[in-house]
Amino acid sequence: MSALLEVEELQVTFGGRTAAVRSASFRVEKGETHCLVGESGCGKSVTALAVMSLLARGGQRSAKKMSFAGTDLTSLSDREMARLRGNRMAMIFQEPMTSLNPAFTIGSQMAEVLTRHKGGSRAAALDRAAELMGRVGITAPGMRLGQFPHQLSGGLRQRVMIAMALMCDPELLIADEPTTALDVTVQAQILRLLANLKREFGLSILLITHDLGIVARVADHVSVMYAGEVVERATTAQLFRSPQHPYTRGLLSCVPVPGRVQRDRPLGSIPGVVPAIGSGFAGCAFRSRCAHADETCARAIPRRQAGDAHDYLCRLEPDWAELQPA
Amino acid sequence: MTAAIEVENLRCEFRVHTGLMSAEKRVVAVDDVTFSVPAGSVLGVVGESGCGKSTLARMILGLLKPTAGTVLVDGKRLFDLDRKARARLIQPVFQDPFASLNPRRRIKDIVALPLAAQGTFSRAEIERRVARILERVGLSAAMGERMPAQLSGGQRQRAAIARALVLEPRIVICDEPTSALDVSVQAQILNLLADLRRDLGLTYLFISHNLAVVEHVASEVAVMYLGRIVERNETDALFREPGHPYTKALLESVLTPEPGKGVPDIGLGDAMPDPANIPPGCRFNPRCRIAVERCRHEAPTRMVRPPQGMVECHLA
Ligand SMILES: Nc1ncnc2c1ncn2[C@@H]1O[C@H](COP(=O)(O)OP(=O)(O)OP(=O)(O)O)[C@@H](O)[C@H]1O
Ligand SMILES: Nc1ncnc2c1ncn2[C@@H]1O[C@H](COP(=O)(O)OP(=O)(O)O)[C@@H](O)[C@H]1O
Ligand code: SF4
Ligand code: SF4
Ligand SMILES: [Mg+2]
Ligand SMILES: [Mg+2]
Repeated sequence: MSALLEVEELQVTFGGRTAAVRSASFRVEKGETHCLVGESGCGKSVTALAVMSLLARGGQRSAKKMSFAGTDLTSLSDREMARLRGNRMAMIFQEPMTSLNPAFTIGSQMAEVLTRHKGGSRAAALDRAAELMGRVGITAPGMRLGQFPHQLSGGLRQRVMIAMALMCDPELLIADEPTTALDVTVQAQILRLLANLKREFGLSILLITHDLGIVARVADHVSVMYAGEVVERATTAQLFRSPQHPYTRGLLSCVPVPGRVQRDRPLGSIPGVVPAIGSGFAGCAFRSRCAHADETCARAIPRRQAGDAHDYLCRLEPDWAELQPA
Repeated sequence: MTAAIEVENLRCEFRVHTGLMSAEKRVVAVDDVTFSVPAGSVLGVVGESGCGKSTLARMILGLLKPTAGTVLVDGKRLFDLDRKARARLIQPVFQDPFASLNPRRRIKDIVALPLAAQGTFSRAEIERRVARILERVGLSAAMGERMPAQLSGGQRQRAAIARALVLEPRIVICDEPTSALDVSVQAQILNLLADLRRDLGLTYLFISHNLAVVEHVASEVAVMYLGRIVERNETDALFREPGHPYTKALLESVLTPEPGKGVPDIGLGDAMPDPANIPPGCRFNPRCRIAVERCRHEAPTRMVRPPQGMVECHLA
């Protein structure tokens, strides 16, 4: 198995004060779906934006390694990066309206992506747009091409975003909470679509979400992020079979499962909120919310191995955590 | 015992212009809705975007006049009450806590507003009650001094709940109170709402697009599709044995943390239901997997479904 995207020790700071991403490492294998999961503010979007070189002004990125299909992303000029973006690596955002221009029709926006990167005629680009819209389950694509973004429902807009991201046949698709703003019915349809595209086109996907229910259903590998760090990494099967980090266990307990709810008992939850981390922070960032925290958690925390390709960042030994179901 | 909320044959129509050339269209947002919510219980209302959940909520809150039908809250017609009396009886909690909190006021002033608007509470009494309710929803006094932008999404929703409860209403309408929140924060808010209901004896109408979310809080669930309640039953029965194909699709679309199961094909197609174009026959038939010929021209009638429910489907 070879990695399409390899990120090692990625750091992102804003104005030197907020350490938004702290030494995050993960690999997206070819043809696989890798999920970044964590609560709001854990650094998932900043990680994705850092990979795409789309960080907001003031964002400082450094990495020991960041390579895409063998190309060192940190060494690329802005122009070279712009040629990759939307072309070999494409991104879809949580709120499709932020990346669709309300003043242009769907058709012209989709066609523009293709002609910019690959040249060719507008007519040919529109044909491809219609074909891809069909592929993502949009009926009557011809009519949709002539419509403006505000004339589409949220689910349709997200499908358009996916079709648009596929225009140039990307190898990597980065999807940042693509279904968080949608109905659960539409969410299931969009995620199924992504899974089919992965199978049909051999697409590699970096999917960002806060919901371990989604992760279980779509991911091959998972990186759990907390306060800018990857606190646990594993294959999906392994992560759900034996989650080790107390944060991962907390996230799992929050997902409501129909039929398993006990009405008179509280749902599992994680008290408190994700802390903002400044530079120079030491120890485990989860300690303010962790039921297992003790004074050693304020010191440097080891990364422990819990099996093949499964590691986590916590003072607790694997077996110990095993004995304490969350 | 009078029901906390009693809704009968409720209907709401809007007239909308769909384009420059086209004539005025009628949008039936809520169509012949009947239910009652006993005091102290929770009715969960579930359905997709645009199915009329918020419109129903606004009519119950007395913010929108029904086209037909009646709403009784605690046995009274809300339109006969003045704003102050209404506010003491029923309060809303909305989806987006940011949009519903004034960005230029401190949290404790926002929470105090309903009390101040009554005009009958002293300064000291207002402060006492605000402090008490902030503590009850899990916000520190320091949080009360902050502006909404300085709070996390979950803390803002706690503030919105504090504002809704500060007048000690009997009935709270929660319209997607956790839809804008992370799963982890959603769990905190659901637990808080459940605690408050138990401790204060509240009645909720709890709206969501996610069936799994209502299971924890609701004693009874109503499933809405294109303005109608297509199935209603006690929560356990509805989850155990959903009768309507749409209820089943909603249940299937809940992605439980079970690896290896993949994403189900819930089979609803890409066409979103449009309340300006309600299909003839059963309104669900264009998206229904098991539709038969009869479904295309004959609307199903309301049938009893044990133990306490109803369903509208020819094949249920
Ligand atoms: N003031 C209005 N004028 C015209 N149409 C309206 C008005 N208010 C609501 N509608 C329409 O009535 C239907 C039901 O809307 P409603 O807001 O109740 O849906 P909802 O179930 O709450 O959806 P969501 O999950 O998106 O909040 C929609 O088609 C909506 O566009
Ligand atoms: N443009 C920015 N300026 C300053 N801080 C930022 C900026 N963007 C993100 N951050 C901070 O970085 C952290 C991670 O944010 P983000 O990646 O958006 O979280 P997630 O996507 O996991 O919800 C947060 O603390 C956030 O406030
Ligand atoms: S290191 Fe300590 S605080 Fe952090 S997760 Fe492990 S036990 Fe909890
Ligand atoms: S009446 Fe027919 S179309 Fe409607 S839900 Fe039942 S089977 Fe489906
Ligand atoms: Mg984000
Ligand atoms: Mg609504």
